Amino acid sequence: MSNKTNTKSKVPTLKSVNELVIKFANVNGTGSASANNMFAKAIFRMGIPVTPKNIFPSNIQGLPTWYEVRISEKGYQGRREGIDMMVAVNPQSMDKDVKSVRAGGYFVYDSTRPIDIRYIREDIHYIGIPLTDICRQEYTDARQRQLFKNVIYIGALAALLGIEFNVLSDLVGDQFKGKQKLIAPNIHALELGYQYANNHFDCPLAIRVERRDLVKDRILTTGNNATGLAAVYAGATVAAWYPITPSTSVVEAFEKYASRLRIDAGTGLKNYAIVQAEDELSAIGMVIGAAWNGARSFTATSGPGISLMSEFLGLAYFAEVPAVLINVQRAGPSTGMPTRTQQPDVLSCAYASHGDTKHVLLFPSNPKECFDLTAEAFDATDRLQTPVIVMPDLDLGMNDHLCEPFTWDDSCRYDRGKVLNAAQLDELSARGKRFGRYNDVDGDGICYRTYPGTHPTKGAFFTRGTSRDPYAVYSEDGDVYVENVNRLNRKFITAKQILPAPEQVPAKNTNKKSEVGVIYYGTSDASTREALDILAAEGVFIDGLRIKAFPFHSLVEQFIHNHQQIFVIDQNRDGQMRTLLVNELDAQPSKLIKLLSYDGMPITAQNIRQQIENHLFTEKTKKKTANTKRGK
Amino acid sequence: MTFIRPDFRHPQSPKNDIGYTSKDYEGALSTLCAGCGHDSISAALIQACFEMSIEPHKVAKISGIGCSSKTPTYFLGNSHGFNSVHGRMPSVTTGANLANRELKYVGVSGDGDSASIGLGQFAHVVRRNLNMLYIVENNGCYGLTKGQMSATTDVDSVNKSGMLNEHQPIDLVNLALELGATFVARSFSGDKGQLVPLMKAAMSHRGFAFIDVVSPCVTFNNNVGSTKSYDYIREHNEATSALDFVPMKDEITTSYEQGASQEVTLHDGSVIHLTKAISGFDPCDRRAAIDAIKDHNERGEILTGLLYVDTDPTDLHDMSGTSCKPLNSLNEDVLCPGNATLQSINESFR
Ligand SMILES: Cc1ncc(C[n+]2csc(CCOP(=O)(O)OP(=O)(O)O)c2C)c(N)n1
Ligand code: SF4
Repeated sequence: MSNKTNTKSKVPTLKSVNELVIKFANVNGTGSASANNMFAKAIFRMGIPVTPKNIFPSNIQGLPTWYEVRISEKGYQGRREGIDMMVAVNPQSMDKDVKSVRAGGYFVYDSTRPIDIRYIREDIHYIGIPLTDICRQEYTDARQRQLFKNVIYIGALAALLGIEFNVLSDLVGDQFKGKQKLIAPNIHALELGYQYANNHFDCPLAIRVERRDLVKDRILTTGNNATGLAAVYAGATVAAWYPITPSTSVVEAFEKYASRLRIDAGTGLKNYAIVQAEDELSAIGMVIGAAWNGARSFTATSGPGISLMSEFLGLAYFAEVPAVLINVQRAGPSTGMPTRTQQPDVLSCAYASHGDTKHVLLFPSNPKECFDLTAEAFDATDRLQTPVIVMPDLDLGMNDHLCEPFTWDDSCRYDRGKVLNAAQLDELSARGKRFGRYNDVDGDGICYRTYPGTHPTKGAFFTRGTSRDPYAVYSEDGDVYVENVNRLNRKFITAKQILPAPEQVPAKNTNKKSEVGVIYYGTSDASTREALDILAAEGVFIDGLRIKAFPFHSLVEQFIHNHQQIFVIDQNRDGQMRTLLVNELDAQPSKLIKLLSYDGMPITAQNIRQQIENHLFTEKTKKKTANTKRGK
Repeated sequence: MTFIRPDFRHPQSPKNDIGYTSKDYEGALSTLCAGCGHDSISAALIQACFEMSIEPHKVAKISGIGCSSKTPTYFLGNSHGFNSVHGRMPSVTTGANLANRELKYVGVSGDGDSASIGLGQFAHVVRRNLNMLYIVENNGCYGLTKGQMSATTDVDSVNKSGMLNEHQPIDLVNLALELGATFVARSFSGDKGQLVPLMKAAMSHRGFAFIDVVSPCVTFNNNVGSTKSYDYIREHNEATSALDFVPMKDEITTSYEQGASQEVTLHDGSVIHLTKAISGFDPCDRRAAIDAIKDHNERGEILTGLLYVDTDPTDLHDMSGTSCKPLNSLNEDVLCPGNATLQSINESFR
């Protein structure tokens, strides 16, 4: 066509099929989120692994927000640096957005008005689409103009990148199921963009996508969705919470699924209760009260909430009351960067509260694990009679991730731990035995409990934070206290055996023993695996170990013992997991090398690889790592 | 030191309707100071539960921290108890109640526990109309930490160490009324005749029942100038009514002189008989109650008795539409939607 704007020939051009990063620069509150979401979902439905990430401000309307989508047919799901295509719909952030494009990449912008000369770079391609103009011609209503602008650029991208149009129109159909009237106008908006791009540019571009069959039966969802759903499956009946980003959507998901799946058919009443508490102190108090009374209960919060819950966590530890707490971590301290990701609460959760306290932590690294570990948390807290804290982060909680589908074993029964019923209490006394709430009859540190109201004359006890003897009788005797807290330690040793083992990721040179290891957890998983692959391709072979639980499994100790040098990857400033390893396992600190990232963005493989190489190939450490010769 | 009462029962002790003696409602020996008002409140609770024929194990007693909050150890030894953290009894009780709506919940707190550190939780448990009996054992000071002033200490009263209080006190009764409490009463630890029927009525109220019990601290706040001393209360107490509580299952007799008394029928059919001491006082009129309390406060008098009751309240379970069965009794058959449903949920993520 005559009016096609050819991209300038002297400019280098990136070429790639199914390996690219596209970033959308939007203004929040303009409805871009659902359009961008549709984009990622379309790639997913074309069978290509995709990882979208929202980068958003702590604000409701009017500030810059980005959506970064990594498409990788190799299956890498970590964040990747370098933008291949920027879809710039926000004039406020234009300067930064132009700069972030890789040489040879593309800059898609609203060409209703000519682009400011300051934003012109010689080494990238410009694709102007008069979005505002098209909307002005098509729509009279201001809100419609704004909303459809997003859909139009998605249509244009479909042409530019080779996304199958019917995949997009199907998605529109799914999105507006039940709101039939909205389907045709949305498809029309997609077409407007699609046609404009086709008429004005050589479509598809050298960076593009092609259908594959790599997704299989995997699903695309957020960690918080998975967590809330798991709480329904695991039998939680009481949820108490106080709103805080990025954990709010955990309780929202619980409510969404519970209101569908937990309604009593006969009465229409709810087989669950949700209370929005006045603060986090109250939320955790309600959880503890409910669990003490025999209901599975949970709360979800983030760093500031953990601070407020600390006193109660100490009480629950000492009084041995179950509680499940979901801590979707965000950058701190205080309000910090509340909408940015980090792993900053490892230590504050492990040792939350006053006195000698330690808490069980679980570290999921994808939504499937959010589901499995949250379900596991409910069993573990009942079995161990101590709080269990599940530790995703903002990236995992709020962003969509590709993962295995959720499954539930229908034959599995909830493990409510050591709880005596009335008949068991009678039987105990028939055998001439006295019930002792804190009597360690099995030697595993875990004692038997009763729920209030169980038996008219047997099994009642008094729960308190102050010290008590094995029969729950108040005591300030030093020996009684010591015996009790030592028993709590025994319980922690039992915990090591019942909590999930770490995932072992041996280096790919099977014939040789690697002397270098890397320990990581949570959302560092995807980027670490990618970094290990890159390093292996260069001849640097490193064993990986992904921690899933604290207290640490014996395999963690062995891994540290079996390696000369171990990188510990933390997405926080101080290397908190490393500190916990040194403290709890008496590991030699010089062996454990901090590998950190804490700018509020998910860690990348490039960053990990760089830090490992910098360390391994400095003169000082070269000799020690004879086995890790550089390939190239 | 541990204190447990000897397990001795007098064969002739009177039994209540369900065969329990008053001893069955007792707890461990108190470790509070001799003469502490809090012990009288424990005794009143024991009597109230005995007379109401409540099964002891169907009560859960929960408290915060303080001398007052220690008392659940000293009554209802066959009930589960939970001495939680300072000022947070309301949240623990809320969770417990959500888990099992069939038990009776007795929350015990102090004026420090409720009016200072726990004022937020106090306010919100009132707003939620949690079905519980909430007792504040109000001594106008911090007993357990040795006599500091509390938020209910009167202006111009002087504490043991000679400090003068210049801050305005918080009147929890008025606050509860303002926040919509559905049963509000004030009493005096030394007035068992008034306290026991109030407790009985409160325990058959389905909703938040608040009793502020002025309970002098003999060690730190039985001072001249304090409105929470024994002598002051005895001299300045004016009661709204002489009260009697008749449980639902008893036939209501006509031994009360009609005209001089007012009947209030609670949701479960039980009846409170009020013999009025203050003319024109209507315990179903929230605004009038607030005014009457303020009037008395201004005159330095303490209005006691049943101050307000809503006879058909909507409690937290009603408001949230929770199942009639206790949530803690449900198992996986009811709670777990199963794998087939999960597979269709997976479909929504594709
Ligand atoms: C978080 C916290 N802060 C302070 C204390 C110390 N403390 C224990 S009891 C108490 C005051 C109790 O006063 P009140 O509730 O009036 O009860 P009383 O002893 O007078 O019956 C305080 C401040 C505590 N236990 N916890
Ligand atoms: S200090 Fe006061 S409140 Fe505490 S036990 Fe003694 S008299 Fe009672």
